[in-house]
Amino acid sequence: MFGWEYPPHILGGLGTASFGITEGLHAQGDMEITFCLPKPWGDEDKNAANIVAMNCVPVAWRDVNYDYLKERLGNVMSPEYYYELRDNIYADFNYMNLNDLGCVEFSGRYPENLHEEINNYSIVAGVVARRESYDIIHAHDWLTYPAGIHAKQVSGKPLCIHVHATDFDRSRGKVNPTVYSIEKDGMDNADCIMCVSELTRQTVIKEYHQDPRKVYTVHNAVYPLAQELQDIPRPNHNGKEKTVTFLGRITMQKGPEYFVEAATMVLHRTRNVRFCMAGSGDMMDQMIMLAANRGIADRFHFPGFMRGKQVYECLKASDVYVMPSVSEPFGISPLEAMQCGTPTIISKQSGCAEILTNCIKVDYWDIHALADAIYSICHNDSLFEYLQTEGKNEVDQITWEKVGLWIRTLYERTINKK
Amino acid sequence: MKTICLYFEIHQIIHLKRYRFFDIGTDHYYYDDFENERSIADIAQRSYMPALNALLDMIKANDKYFKVAFSLSGVGIEQLEMHAPQVLDKLQELNETGCVEFLAEPYSHGLASLVNEDSFEVEVKKQCQKIKEYFGQTPKVLRNSSLIYNDDIGLKASQMGFKGMLTEGAKHVLGWKSPHYLYHCSMAPNLKLLLRDIRLSDDISLRFNNSEWDEYPLFADKYVAKIAALPQEEQVINIFMELSALGIAQPLSSNILEFLKAIPVCAKQAGITFSTPTEICTKMKSVAALEVPYALSWVDEERDVSCWLGNSMQREAFNKLYSVADRVRIANDLRINQDWDYLQASNNFRFMTTKNTGVTIDRGIYSSPFDAFTNYMNILGDFINRVNSLYPEEIGNEELNSLLTTIKNQGDEIRVKEKEIVRLQTKIAKIEAESDKLRAQLEKGERKAKPKKATVKKTAPKAEK
Repeated sequence: MFGWEYPPHILGGLGTASFGITEGLHAQGDMEITFCLPKPWGDEDKNAANIVAMNCVPVAWRDVNYDYLKERLGNVMSPEYYYELRDNIYADFNYMNLNDLGCVEFSGRYPENLHEEINNYSIVAGVVARRESYDIIHAHDWLTYPAGIHAKQVSGKPLCIHVHATDFDRSRGKVNPTVYSIEKDGMDNADCIMCVSELTRQTVIKEYHQDPRKVYTVHNAVYPLAQELQDIPRPNHNGKEKTVTFLGRITMQKGPEYFVEAATMVLHRTRNVRFCMAGSGDMMDQMIMLAANRGIADRFHFPGFMRGKQVYECLKASDVYVMPSVSEPFGISPLEAMQCGTPTIISKQSGCAEILTNCIKVDYWDIHALADAIYSICHNDSLFEYLQTEGKNEVDQITWEKVGLWIRTLYERTINKK
Repeated sequence: MKTICLYFEIHQIIHLKRYRFFDIGTDHYYYDDFENERSIADIAQRSYMPALNALLDMIKANDKYFKVAFSLSGVGIEQLEMHAPQVLDKLQELNETGCVEFLAEPYSHGLASLVNEDSFEVEVKKQCQKIKEYFGQTPKVLRNSSLIYNDDIGLKASQMGFKGMLTEGAKHVLGWKSPHYLYHCSMAPNLKLLLRDIRLSDDISLRFNNSEWDEYPLFADKYVAKIAALPQEEQVINIFMELSALGIAQPLSSNILEFLKAIPVCAKQAGITFSTPTEICTKMKSVAALEVPYALSWVDEERDVSCWLGNSMQREAFNKLYSVADRVRIANDLRINQDWDYLQASNNFRFMTTKNTGVTIDRGIYSSPFDAFTNYMNILGDFINRVNSLYPEEIGNEELNSLLTTIKNQGDEIRVKEKEIVRLQTKIAKIEAESDKLRAQLEKGERKAKPKKATVKKTAPKAEK
């Protein structure tokens, strides 16, 4: 499996989903998973998958002794494994910028030279692909498609790619041609394409011209909350001020301006509500300006980027969670909000709208409907309570184990087709 | 001898429009006129008119052998008045044959019977009045909205003077008993109960056109044979449905009307008669009391009120609505009363159901139960504000009632006094007029007397007369 992120060091939904899928597959019992990560930190959960650190895989021969290696690699990789990988170097990459172990450095993030990193990742993947034995290759998101293709060429094993998002979602239609070409190439070479929603599946079929017969929908799921997070108390806001929360990257894709506009309409009628736009992103300053221009800055707050437990504390303190995404391939965060017992409003243009019923769905552009829904949840306790309990019950039924089972079925179909 | 009691419900709600919370306090008109006109015109054309024509033909063809009962909700009548008056004309024509009975039901097709007896009574009376105006009949048998019934409602109906009530032959109430007998209310023995035969009714209204149904296609002779095959003692077969079942639920292309027309002919051959609910209530005797502690209805497989009050949202909307019931009744404001009728319609609560029945319900403009709830609560918010703004909120209902009665009594008193004043004033005017006349005559006499003083003595006694 090729991935870019893995908990606990995650930057977006990709890491969570990769982890969930791995765990779901691991739960099948008879599956071994090797997960390639550009830069693991060593504290990843190695229960479900054997994690290969791509920044410790040698692509050029270096004669290093055991003790030095042990010290250098720490708990990220064992020296024995390093030597085994070293035996599989397939070309001379000394012209590249390598460190003393003959490895390529990765940032593990989304840096400026992302395309270079993607390329390096695929070079390193060649080594791993020669060392490991496996039945199927699974590549998560476009960053790892080239690596997947490379591994397929080396081993001749079928390639599954997992489309967590397409560039059409990220750019509201104005695609980056380089990214598009990588995505298209990956899809063309794949034997099976798994999309996180029917919405994405349609994009893949229409915009990337893929054969619908090899494109499947694999909805994401959500992990049960850890006890520690479940124990975070929910403040009782009955008859007090209500909090409405937007939580996510403040970028064009997430539709933050619709949230601000809806907030304006709500605050125009009632002052008993506060709005919170958590997260950061390139549109943050613009949103602060917008809130100020609308004259609602006193009730509209920007607490900034949140991580880990903060996210759940914020969700639990909210009375409404809003995700007005313009185009969301799936969107795990509403599921997390529902786990916390927070009523959720999502846009109909989100993939998760396909599997959720106990939440309110509106068109992202319909700020009247959005404002109305917010007002209704804040003012009608019965609606709040209904969405709270039923939403939680519903989300508890959506598990990664079920997703794992479905992916396994797809694996078997793909292997048998070959 | 077996008898069939055929009854049709005619009810269409006033559709609510999309009403956002920012409209609260600024917009007091809640209805979607276009949708109202469109839907009622459509139903009248596709269902009501052809169905009523068929029923009229049946009455004429069978010479008083065939009988049928209808009930119209007041709201439904208003819709028909506005958008499809030809249906009311047709009903009047049917009424003139003398083979048609009209039943009483709550004016709004609402759920007041479950919560507020007084409102319920007012509504039923209002609807009876309307039926009387249109058809000259005073309904003697009551049918509650969606056949909702329990012992308390039965008691209330009997206190209001009804002879019988229509309700559902729900299995959980009947148990081993058969719906083909006449029963009576356990709390009011004078109130007879007619129970709908679920299977025979749904054969027509639900399954008639279903080609996957094992009895498809259903023919009139087969249908009547089923009735005739029932045990000899089971004599009352109640077939109740919505009139729109003929034409909307079961399309006319399924020849449902031809089927219906053939039923009286087949029934006559099998010696089965037709009766109206009142005839059954007066002629037949009840076999036993029926105890219904919890409300039942003819909706869904559960046959209870859960499709209107099943989830917490529906209950909140319901409780909020009826929290102002007394206030609305006491205030008796014309516009408020009208909105009150329209908002009560049980369909509004049905849109909010989250029950998974396997049957998709048409939610109209609403995309989800939450949407329906939000819209309704917005409208209700505005409505309740209006009700409360009529009189200061601090005044309790009883106090308000007594104040209003005092005001009314004083008004009456003043009116009486005004009449008295008018009477006295006219009297005064008359007297004044008379005295004026007398004075004029007197003056005339004096004037005549002046020039001829000699005649004074002659005329003076005349004036004195």
